[in-house]
Amino acid sequence: MALSNATPTGVIPSQPKEPLWQNENVRAFGLFMLTLGLFLLFWEVGARSGWFVRGVPTASETIQEFWWWVTNPFFDNGPNDLGIGWNLLISLRRVAIGYILATLVAVPLGILIGISPVAYKAFNPFVQLLKPVSPLAWLPLGLYLLRDSEKTGIFIIFISSIWPTLINTAFGVASVDKDYLDVADTLGASRLRTIVKVIIPAALPNIVSGLRISMGIAWLVIVAAEMLLGTGLGYFIWNEWNNLSIPNILVAIFIIGLVGLLLDSLFAALEKFVAFGRNS
Amino acid sequence: MKTAPVNIVPATDQRSPTAQLSIRNVTKVFQGKKGVFNKLTGKTKGDFVAIQDINLEIEPNTFVSIIGPSGCGKSTLLNMIAGLSPISGGEILLNGMPITQPGPDRGMVFQNYALMPWMTVEENLRFAVETVDPKISKKKRDRILKEYIQLVGLTGAERKHPHELSGGMRQRVGIARALAIDPQMLLMDEPFGALDALTRGFLQDEIERIWEQQRKTVIMITHSIEEALLLSDRIVMMTRGPAARVDEILEVPFPRPRNRETIDQHPAYHDLKVEMESHLFRETRAVEEARVGT
Repeated sequence: MALSNATPTGVIPSQPKEPLWQNENVRAFGLFMLTLGLFLLFWEVGARSGWFVRGVPTASETIQEFWWWVTNPFFDNGPNDLGIGWNLLISLRRVAIGYILATLVAVPLGILIGISPVAYKAFNPFVQLLKPVSPLAWLPLGLYLLRDSEKTGIFIIFISSIWPTLINTAFGVASVDKDYLDVADTLGASRLRTIVKVIIPAALPNIVSGLRISMGIAWLVIVAAEMLLGTGLGYFIWNEWNNLSIPNILVAIFIIGLVGLLLDSLFAALEKFVAFGRNS
Repeated sequence: MKTAPVNIVPATDQRSPTAQLSIRNVTKVFQGKKGVFNKLTGKTKGDFVAIQDINLEIEPNTFVSIIGPSGCGKSTLLNMIAGLSPISGGEILLNGMPITQPGPDRGMVFQNYALMPWMTVEENLRFAVETVDPKISKKKRDRILKEYIQLVGLTGAERKHPHELSGGMRQRVGIARALAIDPQMLLMDEPFGALDALTRGFLQDEIERIWEQQRKTVIMITHSIEEALLLSDRIVMMTRGPAARVDEILEVPFPRPRNRETIDQHPAYHDLKVEMESHLFRETRAVEEARVGT
């Protein structure tokens, strides 16, 4: 009898409700807001009482300036006075064209290199030599060869975002699980069918990881390249430096970071989409 | 431990005219590393004879298990039958024709399932069916898919991806995929090796049930004595490697359909089990001793 006082079947003992402030996410958000607040306070007080060099704007000035740029993104008073929205679109367009061209070259070439050991050995020296070159080192060459700042910008993006995709694709294709290839072989699948239906989908997580790294690099490089090209977010920063408008530079840095974060999250979601339970 | 040998077929080369698969004097040698470059880097390695001079005749519609100590070349032999691994010496004949490459006349079930993770259950089967017969009509294809998904008891899971299934369910898909192409024989490489004991038992019963329905020739590699006794008509026992060969072949006389609860009541069960245990024990001990000796 004494044993029968267990919880009646079908009733789940209710969990004691966790107070809101003990939730991990709530606490992390609290810490984030506290850190941000302290930083802004330090900045505001510091700028007002002259702790930094002369000309550093206060936090409130910068936020006001940010608000103004974000609420007036599209105005056009000539190339040296362009809304931040236009500049952002110009930069994104250059990145998109260069990046897509790089992808169109890197993915098929990566598949070829990954499949064929001969191609791998033949192309590897090129890849290893060109990969560590700083993107900006290509700038003078691009300007000389193309005689056009717009095309040069795209060329720089192309040349710098090709390598991670190429290397990751080749690696993914070369390291496809032997079992999948055995399955295709035992079914008597043709080489083409094996490549299209087995090798490429199997390597897709690696390919997308490569595309993600390439996109990060393209976004890093465009700002640097545009400082020397005119128009775009990079040029905006360079121009505001010439105007000695520090708040506007800070605004641009913030927007560049935000857009980079957005692009990266896009690819992170894509990575998840092609993983199917694998952790790439 | 001395027991009277039971139903042992001598493993010498008895050529059977009715055999579906004939393995004749098959040898597998893994090439070592030679040449000047490897000599300079000190990486030379001798040739490794994995299996030597194996002879085996497999009659149609029989269930054959291959059992032997770890690393004796069981999987190598199966891969050669599948055509995935080249034969170094001798020949393997399928219906009198030498095997040179893989083909859909032999369905393969893999130890690690080898399902495409990006395909659903149905797509995995469809890939197999359409690869083997690219011109198949949609109606016929869908009928086959439905039939084999039902056969392995996965109706309702057609649109699930492998990572959403348990290990046992994944291997059911693997078996359905191998059967859906209607092969002449089924090759299974430790099909239940990665499963827990209970799931293993369920799937063995499933295999027994499916085999009663289809009666295809099956060659299964296994480590488990009970599994071999429950499922097989003949059990091929291999010696340890290197240069592994067939030691003896046991005939398993139990009537079908078999049942795991009652099978051990058969008078021959105990003797067969003891025979296999002493064989495996002897070979495994020799492997261990060889390892200590070197």
